[in-house]
Amino acid sequence: MSKTYKIAAVGDRDSVYGFAALGLDTYFIGNGNDATACIQRLAKEKTAVIYLTEPLAEAIPEVLEKYREKATPAIIPIPSVSGSTGYGRRVIQEAMIKAVGTDLTK
Amino acid sequence: MTATQVNPTRMELSRLKKKLTTARRGHKLLKDKRDELMRQFLELVRENQMLRQKVEKGIAKANLDFALAAAVMNDAAVKTALLAPKQSVSATVTSKNIMSVDVPSFQYQTRTVDSSDIFSYGFVDTSVDLDTAVASLSAVFPDMLKLAETEKSCTLLASEIEKTRRRVNALEHVLIPEYTEKIRYISMKLDENERSTQIRLLKVKDMMLETQRKK
Repeated sequence: MSKTYKIAAVGDRDSVYGFAALGLDTYFIGNGNDATACIQRLAKEKTAVIYLTEPLAEAIPEVLEKYREKATPAIIPIPSVSGSTGYGRRVIQEAMIKAVGTDLTK
Repeated sequence: MTATQVNPTRMELSRLKKKLTTARRGHKLLKDKRDELMRQFLELVRENQMLRQKVEKGIAKANLDFALAAAVMNDAAVKTALLAPKQSVSATVTSKNIMSVDVPSFQYQTRTVDSSDIFSYGFVDTSVDLDTAVASLSAVFPDMLKLAETEKSCTLLASEIEKTRRRVNALEHVLIPEYTEKIRYISMKLDENERSTQIRLLKVKDMMLETQRKK
């Protein structure tokens, strides 16, 4: 039941253009609205993993929420050129609080 | 608690007793499931944190390398160098079952056989910094994929744990007490009925003896 899926990187140009060299599909996107449209399109086009820069991920939490329960695509926040905002860490902490009731990661 | 109507009959009593044993067994099973899920989840979270740290460090380093490359070469040259990627990756998704939760597992294939075949440009007119940048990015990529896998698993497991926890609580604090209460009510009622029949019989016997003596 395995199929071939794409892997994509979405973010501002400086943060993601390097991934093109690895063969990922890169999408240069500057604001939340465009990111929403892009993610929805990618989800339809069989994308397994979408690497999304943290600033964009923070701008569109409701879209991420929508894909949270689905097996694909996995939308993974990655730090942008301006460095990590800790958003990716927070996502896991929230999942932890939801599951266990407290944050045990400390 | 006996706000809901129950018939104080033996049939109802045995029915409720059966339901109670099922509920108890279900509760125990779900509790075990929750504990195991929790264990798996914590393991994944730990792995995820390790990977995230690694990936964040790796990407930061790659970004630094790219900045360096962009500083040495001009911006347009960097863009053109990466314009036509030679390599392309695709992922295969298989699903793995952790305690009846389907979590995805990603494997990736590169288009060309040699996965280190990542340089889409000639080495003549690009700086060496671009090579290091691309190489350092490709070094973190396997970890990035692993990160995606664990992160997805974590979120999926988290929602399953939440569901299971709710079920356990509902059984423990609502259903099981309700059944025990109903069972208690019925058995008391039945005992009461039995006692009243006993007394009635005694009374009848007394009365019969009385009439016999009078004759």
